[in-house]
Amino acid sequence: MSGSGSEASHGTRRLTTSAMIASIAAPGQRTAPAPFGRALVELARSRPEIVGLTADLAKYTDLHVFAQAFPDRFYQMGMSEQLLMMAAAGLAREGALPFVTTYAVFASRRAYDFISMAIAEEGLNVKIVCALPGLTSGYGPSHQATEDIAILRGMPQLTIIDPCDAHEIAAAVPAVAAHPGPVYMRLLRGNVPHVLDGYDYRFEIGKATSLRNGKDVLVIATGLATMRALEAAEALDADGIGVEVLHIATIKPLDEAAILAAAAKDRRLVVVAENHTVIGGLGEAVAGLLLREGITPRFRQIALPDAFLDAGALPTLHERYGLSVSSMAQRIKKWL
Amino acid sequence: MREIINHQEGSTTPTARQRSDTPRGTFAGSNVPLVERAYRIRRHALRMGEVQGQGYIAQALGIADVLAVAYFHALRFRPDDVHWEGRDRFLLSIGHYAIALYAALIEAGVLPESEIETYGADGSRLPMSGMAAYTPGMEISGGSLGHGLGIGVGMALGLKRKHSDCLVYTLFSDGELNEGSIWEAVMGAAHWRLDNLIGLVDVNDQQADGPSSAISSREPLADRFRAFGWHVQRVDGNDIGALVAAFDMARTVAEAQPRIIICDTKLAKGVPFLETRERNHFLRVEPDEWQRAIGVLDLAFHAEGGR
Ligand SMILES: Cc1ncc(C[n+]2csc(CCOP(=O)(O)OP(=O)(O)O)c2C)c(N)n1
Repeated sequence: MSGSGSEASHGTRRLTTSAMIASIAAPGQRTAPAPFGRALVELARSRPEIVGLTADLAKYTDLHVFAQAFPDRFYQMGMSEQLLMMAAAGLAREGALPFVTTYAVFASRRAYDFISMAIAEEGLNVKIVCALPGLTSGYGPSHQATEDIAILRGMPQLTIIDPCDAHEIAAAVPAVAAHPGPVYMRLLRGNVPHVLDGYDYRFEIGKATSLRNGKDVLVIATGLATMRALEAAEALDADGIGVEVLHIATIKPLDEAAILAAAAKDRRLVVVAENHTVIGGLGEAVAGLLLREGITPRFRQIALPDAFLDAGALPTLHERYGLSVSSMAQRIKKWL
Repeated sequence: MREIINHQEGSTTPTARQRSDTPRGTFAGSNVPLVERAYRIRRHALRMGEVQGQGYIAQALGIADVLAVAYFHALRFRPDDVHWEGRDRFLLSIGHYAIALYAALIEAGVLPESEIETYGADGSRLPMSGMAAYTPGMEISGGSLGHGLGIGVGMALGLKRKHSDCLVYTLFSDGELNEGSIWEAVMGAAHWRLDNLIGLVDVNDQQADGPSSAISSREPLADRFRAFGWHVQRVDGNDIGALVAAFDMARTVAEAQPRIIICDTKLAKGVPFLETRERNHFLRVEPDEWQRAIGVLDLAFHAEGGR
């Protein structure tokens, strides 16, 4: 896949490329290599029941690190995403703890029924970890999982996690392994930015955390959008606009109490920001919760449009579709 | 059989034999030799790769001979009217091979050569992954692998409904053989006796994580297709003479069954220093190597008496 694993070293590469693999790191941002693969290897040393499975995407989901460390616990299933899920279900039935990787599009679109019936309905202990979530590939709709959460949120018994950075991915791996039942985790792969280690933050499944306070706006954000929202908040701060950022790492089940408490406070504008289509993701989940509970602040969504998105360079596309720091800050300002 | 179509008996659809073996390809009478077409397809692809400093160039170089024979011997189409109803359909199931198809479409005059400069850039009609909405002559959107053959089944059925003599070619890859959807299509095509469907599978023995043969047992591939009810040929996909014969056979053979041409190709074919580089799904090419590769290609072509 385009430029895999070398995003940092390709200084000469044109910035305007509709490549499959593109970096989400801003120039100069601190990154960690393959945080998922490394954390899994670390954990697997003391958990012999952990196995890794992929559908011809080990190199591109950082599972190759695990495959190299534990070749006899790694199953290359070939580019067969349906078999991938069925086989993971079978291994889980026999006592293994499978970590399964592919791209988010292929798990959510192609393998949906197999995740639902072979894994989730039976509450099996399978951890599905998927790269290229939302708009993190410039390759076009085939690789842009803009609706994976909408697809999977309706699946009963499935825990859904959208980590923000390398720090959180590393913390999520042992937590996900300790959590009984099926989990879908969105994965940032390759050289992943480090952001949350600068905050007083501890990852816990099902728990929302306020990362900064602000009197004017509450931004409820998840995944990549949290990273961008934190920077946008800094920029708005300079303009005298106070922004709280409430980070939601677990999209399902939602930390309803934390969201309700924050949204009820100070009659602030509430903005939900996510790296996902405007339909069926965190934004609509929060909107439904607030309405059900009779809390009706002014409410806006920062999310991808309900459309098959363009191919192009990621910075271009993030600007076009509102996921860049500057476009986030501008829109929030306009809504105030 | 089914009510909607009956192409076994009493059908007005021309049988394969009636289609005759006189060349039907739009460019079949051209005096440009196919080796020159293949050379130029490789050259266009290398130039596109140079524009971005990346691209699936090993695949493009490997499949160039198949595309040369498809577009400049076999296919009936109109370069200036890509939606012409009478065209043979060519489906690129492997969207990442778009760089190769763009090169063939440029050589055929469907796309202007000047667009090479835009390859993969924002706003270009030539994105890195092939998509129908972007590029004239790109029939389907690829990228999510395992779609092309099944869509080909539907188009072959649709053409029969219209009593059309157009053929459907689908180019897919050995990696795609891992997908269950391919085998659903293989069975469906045989069930419906789709003699207007010609599958082309590029066996370059490479997929994302490594050699295809190490990832999933593929062989005996010809026997597998035969057992599923297909007319099977297996050829050296870099031998233009063998490809011409195979395409002619696939078009004219009488059996009421779908046809497959298994094409064994060599990654990076035609540029020896890339052929021998460490095998990789995404071949690394250094910035100065694109011109070097074009130079090697030019030299070899002219040495062999090319123009
Ligand atoms: C359904 C699906 N699963 C996974 C991928 C990711 N992927 C892109 S190319 C590729 C390898 C496919 O094999 P092949 O086309 O034989 O590879 P090549 O010959 O180009 O090396 C994979 C797994 C995809 N595009 N679609």
